[in-house]
Amino acid sequence: MYYRIKTLVIKELQTLLRDPQGRRLLIIPVFLQLALFPLASTLEVTNNTLAVLNEDGGSASFELIQRFSHAKAFKETLTLQSEDELRQTIDQQKALVVLRFPPDFSRSVAAGRPVMIQAIMDGRRSNGGQIAFGYLQQILQTYLDERDVATSRIPISKVVVRHWFNPNLEYTWFVVPSLVAIITTISTLIVTSLSVAREREHGTLDQLLVSPLTPGMIMIGKAVPALLVAMFQGTIILLGGIFIYQVPFQGSFLLLYASMICYILALVGFGLLISSICATQQQAFLGVFSFVMPAILLSGYVSPIDNMPVWLQHLTWANPLRHFILIVKSIFLKNAPAAVVLQSVWPLLLIAVATSTTANLFFRKHVV
Amino acid sequence: MSEVIAILENVGKLFPKAKKSAVEDVSAQIQTGLVTGLVGPDGAGKTTLIRLMAGLLAPTSGRLRIDGGDPIADAARLRENIGYMPQKFGLYEDLSVEENLTLYADLRGVIGAERETAFKRLLDFTDLVRFTNRLAGKLSGGMKQKLGLACALLGKPRILLLDEPGVGVDPISRRELWKMVKDLVAQGMAVVWSTAYLDEAELCGQVILMNEGKLIFAGVPSVMTERMNGRCFLIQSCQGSRRQLLTRALRRPEVMDGVIQGHSVRLVLRKGAAAPKLSELQAGPECVTTPVASRFEDAFIDALGGGPGGESLLAERMRSIPGPKETVIKAGNLTKKFGDFAAADQVTFSVARGEIFGLLGPNGAGKSTTFRMMCGLLAPTSGTARVMGIDLAHSASKARQRLGYMAQKFSLYSSLSVLQNLEFFSGVYGLRGAKQQTQIDEMVEVFKFGPFLDVTPDTLPLGFKQRMALACAVMHEPDILFLDEPTSGVDPVTRREFWTHINGLVEKGVTVMVTTHFMDEAEYCDRVALVYRGGIIAAGTPDDLKQSVASTNNPDPSMEDAFIELVGRNEPVNG
Repeated sequence: MYYRIKTLVIKELQTLLRDPQGRRLLIIPVFLQLALFPLASTLEVTNNTLAVLNEDGGSASFELIQRFSHAKAFKETLTLQSEDELRQTIDQQKALVVLRFPPDFSRSVAAGRPVMIQAIMDGRRSNGGQIAFGYLQQILQTYLDERDVATSRIPISKVVVRHWFNPNLEYTWFVVPSLVAIITTISTLIVTSLSVAREREHGTLDQLLVSPLTPGMIMIGKAVPALLVAMFQGTIILLGGIFIYQVPFQGSFLLLYASMICYILALVGFGLLISSICATQQQAFLGVFSFVMPAILLSGYVSPIDNMPVWLQHLTWANPLRHFILIVKSIFLKNAPAAVVLQSVWPLLLIAVATSTTANLFFRKHVV
Repeated sequence: MSEVIAILENVGKLFPKAKKSAVEDVSAQIQTGLVTGLVGPDGAGKTTLIRLMAGLLAPTSGRLRIDGGDPIADAARLRENIGYMPQKFGLYEDLSVEENLTLYADLRGVIGAERETAFKRLLDFTDLVRFTNRLAGKLSGGMKQKLGLACALLGKPRILLLDEPGVGVDPISRRELWKMVKDLVAQGMAVVWSTAYLDEAELCGQVILMNEGKLIFAGVPSVMTERMNGRCFLIQSCQGSRRQLLTRALRRPEVMDGVIQGHSVRLVLRKGAAAPKLSELQAGPECVTTPVASRFEDAFIDALGGGPGGESLLAERMRSIPGPKETVIKAGNLTKKFGDFAAADQVTFSVARGEIFGLLGPNGAGKSTTFRMMCGLLAPTSGTARVMGIDLAHSASKARQRLGYMAQKFSLYSSLSVLQNLEFFSGVYGLRGAKQQTQIDEMVEVFKFGPFLDVTPDTLPLGFKQRMALACAVMHEPDILFLDEPTSGVDPVTRREFWTHINGLVEKGVTVMVTTHFMDEAEYCDRVALVYRGGIIAAGTPDDLKQSVASTNNPDPSMEDAFIELVGRNEPVNG
């Protein structure tokens, strides 16, 4: 039995690696994504425009505007003259945020009276607006703190922020570990589901099914090469992240690779499930994409899972990517101990068992 | 009345990156009022030549003139005069017959009153009037071809190019298509009918016979067939194995070619050679020799230098399979339903050890469905399919170890080299170490794979792939061979070689179940079941089937005659 599975695995690897084009296809996209992803999927807000309608003209507003316009988020500051102009600025997306200082701003500040600054944000760019607004609030807080110090007033309380595991909030620290997970996802799914569909298209699957191989052996024969390819690609990203992007790897490689195997097994189950209900490579390809897109959306990579409706949060439990991104990040950045990692590994194993059992059933049914 | 409408002068086509020309130095003429058969096995260059004539490809050498113009330079004018029906005509399966016609009429600019008369004329001609609202995808193979023909005939072309219109069409529809084409040429059209079936050549007024890109013969087919007159004869009522008789006959230098025809053996002699004595062939005392009419295929084999010989090196190396002559394959009321449609309906047959059993029928008749149920690739809706007493769909893999399977499309791994394919398939069947190496070496020797071991099979010709598929199917020395359309499209020489191997294996005790739509292939079978519309409409030895339709008008019917007659008898009400 082992010999036959070995034969299958060798065949599969020969198929993948025989021609130079196939070999390149396994490597080049990985390097491309390694190069592009961390740069393109930046979560920082920079290079935006701030617009100011200053009806005050006093020293306090002047100083604040100076500070705001030096924030990293803004490259340019527009000075507006009228409310009409303000409306136009937002309408035509000339600025991400418009600040409006009331006429008595500086006087009120000097007198220690409470005073308001109006901030108008473009709702079409809600995320960027919110992040930029966060920056503005920080700047305002610093200004007020300094004033308190200057006037020797003692503040009632003060919040000091420390970001654990990523003290400087480097977004590459967030992106690279997730990328390890995302790349392995795509390649595992494509290798498994497309190769089964290809065999179906070419009629070689029939040839395998009339041979002494059992559907289970055929599935293992598809799983092992996918495992090897995904581990290889995952390793490239891992090394790239550590040596090129200098993301500090805190945890245990052993733990990471062990959980990677569990994750890939869960994915292989999905890949085989997709391929067992698809008749052609084209269908399988579409199948992979209709799995990958929601999987990434529901993984917590794009937006935090806690922000999702409760029923959807429950649904993310069935998404292997969600668990694996968590695992990679905690091993990578936190040096999470095995006990903690295990909490995310067991759902993966559960998913692997469930999907591969279903795939096996489908496989037999579809075939027979 | 007949005039030359197309002239080909030393036409050649070499595709970029290809090592060999697809068409090489072909000169021929095509006349109006005649069906010109473009005949040759797959890979002969038929499609390339047709596409050159249709102006879809430019020749790399030579010159073509169609209706006085260059097919590419004068495309705009010639488009009106050329009707072209590609191999898979671009019918839209989700559109009705009428919608398909309308679409092609729009594309060809046939509008207004002209369109109405054209539609009426073509629908009458193709007898599709009753089906105008049916979706093209729901038509039978024959009706699809008729609709394709109707679409190609829009705008009254002067020359009609038909690329393999007979593929996937049952013999009855094929005869109807021929009748239609004959009507067209009677009206003065020129028709080019390309085909891999050599028997169709005899129906043509003129043939262009090709093999591997080269022209073998151009002219009236009877000229070629007549060369073989007096060289063909049949050995009948022989005793003992007719397969062994054929092997013995083919060993003799004076015999150029031979095939099995039911219980008889048909031999073709070399030019000027005298027939071997029956006693020398050890054919038995009751044996008689009858001269028979020569065929176009005989001439084709002759032009290629003779058949492949009768020895099977493959069979020599295979083990003998001992055992009594008992039933090893058995189908009982086997039924497969897809929705309401019964693809196979109450199919019952059994096959004994050492027998060749054939399922004969047109595409879509249900023979593939039956075949797939027998190998365990498809679960029957009801009934039983047993091989060596085991239901393969739920069987242990141990039983499948004793099967060999060769599919229609020669399912080899196109991304693996020839050697890797051999290694893989032997490995899957559990051959390893020295045993595996010996088997692979033997296959390489028997089939002469030596120079191609590192090449991927997809770059090799069809006949080679067919040999590869056979090698992969028999390396583990199976007891039973399942062959699904094993020689579809391959040239007659390769087909003979293939059957030589199969005959040799059967003599060793291998049981063979084969599906085919080639009538001459059915002649090799010990017993044949005719499959039509999901059921077996007749079964017996090839001779029995032929005899069952013999009449005073047709005392010696061919397999095709038998097929058409038997199908006709089983047609509920014609219409």
